[in-house]
Amino acid sequence: MSRESLGRLELALTDKKVSGRKLLVPYVCGGFGDWVETIYAIIEAGADAVEVGIPFSDPIMDGPTIQEAAQKALEAGATPSQILSEVRRANFSVPIAVMTYYNIIHHAGHERFAKELEQCGVAGAIIPDLQLDEATDWIRVSGENGIENVLLAAPSTPPERLKRLADNSRGFVYGVGRMGVTGERASLADSASEIARRLKECTEKPVLVGVGVSDAGQAALVSRVSDGVIVGSALVRRLLQGGGPQAAHDFVGELRRGLDDG
Amino acid sequence: MSIMGPPSASGRFGEYGGRFVPESLIPACFELEAVFNEAWGDPEFVGEYRRILTEYGGRPTPVTELRRFSQKLGIRVFLKREDLAHTGSHKINNVIGQALLTRRMGKTRLIAETGAGQHGVATATAAALLGLECVVYMGEVDVARQALNVFRMKLLGASVISVVSGSRTLKDAINEAMREWVASVDSTHYCIGSVMGPHPYPYMVREFQRIVGDEALVQSKEILGGKVPDYVVACVGGGSNAAGTFAGFVDTTAKLVGVEPEGGAAINRGIPGVVHGMRSNLLQDDVGQVLEAHSISAGLDYPGVGPEHSYLASIGRATYVTANDDEVLNALQVLSKLEGIIPALEPAHAIAYVIREAGKEIPLGSTALVTMSGRGDKDAESVAQLLGDDV
Ligand SMILES: Cc1ncc(COP(=O)(O)O)c(C=O)c1O
Repeated sequence: MSRESLGRLELALTDKKVSGRKLLVPYVCGGFGDWVETIYAIIEAGADAVEVGIPFSDPIMDGPTIQEAAQKALEAGATPSQILSEVRRANFSVPIAVMTYYNIIHHAGHERFAKELEQCGVAGAIIPDLQLDEATDWIRVSGENGIENVLLAAPSTPPERLKRLADNSRGFVYGVGRMGVTGERASLADSASEIARRLKECTEKPVLVGVGVSDAGQAALVSRVSDGVIVGSALVRRLLQGGGPQAAHDFVGELRRGLDDG
Repeated sequence: MSIMGPPSASGRFGEYGGRFVPESLIPACFELEAVFNEAWGDPEFVGEYRRILTEYGGRPTPVTELRRFSQKLGIRVFLKREDLAHTGSHKINNVIGQALLTRRMGKTRLIAETGAGQHGVATATAAALLGLECVVYMGEVDVARQALNVFRMKLLGASVISVVSGSRTLKDAINEAMREWVASVDSTHYCIGSVMGPHPYPYMVREFQRIVGDEALVQSKEILGGKVPDYVVACVGGGSNAAGTFAGFVDTTAKLVGVEPEGGAAINRGIPGVVHGMRSNLLQDDVGQVLEAHSISAGLDYPGVGPEHSYLASIGRATYVTANDDEVLNALQVLSKLEGIIPALEPAHAIAYVIREAGKEIPLGSTALVTMSGRGDKDAESVAQLLGDDV
């Protein structure tokens, strides 16, 4: 694709990638704790983009840590519109991709939700329960409104489908690092580097690996193959333990150094 | 072509159904679809499924005319007796089919969700029969109110995992089973207990349950001198006993009625939404968060419904009504005292509708077939409590 036709998210990530930098995209649960301050802090610590969760009542791709944060956010009254308007006010200096489940979008309607994202300055959307075959209309409508829809590729995805999926993904391609839901693991699964390798073979787009990437060592290890990582549960756990923006800053700083040192 | 034929290539009944699951599960859904389609056309597979349900499952189940009950209501009521099937409910029909498919796919382990515990017991039973490992996910609230079934599952060799997330009922047990399935899909088949989930489950489970309706059609024609009943009634949780029953009658003149619990009436009070892999009617709040259902019946305590029911409602081929907890408790006692049949709380919803509407919506002199989806033993303790009795 020509440079002009790239979206904001893909452009920002690609520019950093070609400069030799490994990409770091942390996940923060919208509506939970000091989430806006936390995002400022992790951007300062070296996040290249941020994934902002819009909590859903039934998050089937999430393990206990992110479930807990989402539930707390919902109990505190978080709604999609409230989170999005705070994103708009915060005017973050790196691209924001929202992560949510499809019913939130389905309920609002594709057109309305895409417009709301666009108006709030959001660049991308990650919807783990909206797989390629069901995503056609949303990819079109979100694209028309300047929103890049990121598709997830799994270790179980067969080769021909992987290629199609990468071709239809916008912003970057999300390689799911292991067969399982989000959560910290003691070691990096072999499947993490493997999905990165397979994706790199079939796409020029940035390839980021998430799910089960838990610390700086694991992030550096998988990024020998991928263009970078998405880190969620390991960060959210620190926030659940009361760490706040400073703890988030420290942890993301560690991840950044791990990636920069290789 | 039947109104209840196969869904479209994308797994849709009208605009309902589909496959809204994480990418990790998509290859398993494709595999299951292919293996099911092939097996369901293979006389050897179908033969074994039928043989097990006959020799082991107690099929065909009878149709019983309720003489005293009918006299009281002024309509002729018949029960399709799934309460007499092995394990005490219609759930056995589905699990035998899915357990045989599991073996055919070379998988060795079954996981299942359960609300009332009937599907968990049925899955544990099929696993024991075929030598498969079995893990059942059950909300903490249901573990408490269906303690007897928890113990039955353990006796049958299954492990029961108490789910403490969300509302701690059926909806959360499904979430947890799906999460576990994502992590173990290579060796494990997720044995979904109703006509819900991603394609091909809603279709496949309906096909495994259609034996209820196919038998009942022949049996009721025999009793009614070649005629079909005016009304065919079944309770709707996820909707598997209703779908199986309706499949036998959908192309006849019978009026099809699904009875939802007042506190979990996805078709009556929900709007289209997406959860648990499917697009269907769903109880949700004003931004799309899924609401918790509230019913005395654990098996109907579910905010969604199988997509084919949303479709049948949308084209007007079936009607969906509700029954409240008080009507259900009354119906359970009336049927027990007049006929010596203690229904489970779930089918007591269908009975409650018939009691309420006999002589009103259902004209006097009509005939009605009601699917007695399960027996009441499992609920004895909670019903005693509700009636202020000690056991
Ligand atoms: C006896 C009985 N009937 C009905 C149901 C509801 O399920 P479905 O609507 O799929 O038939 C259950 C579920 O646990 C049940 O145990």
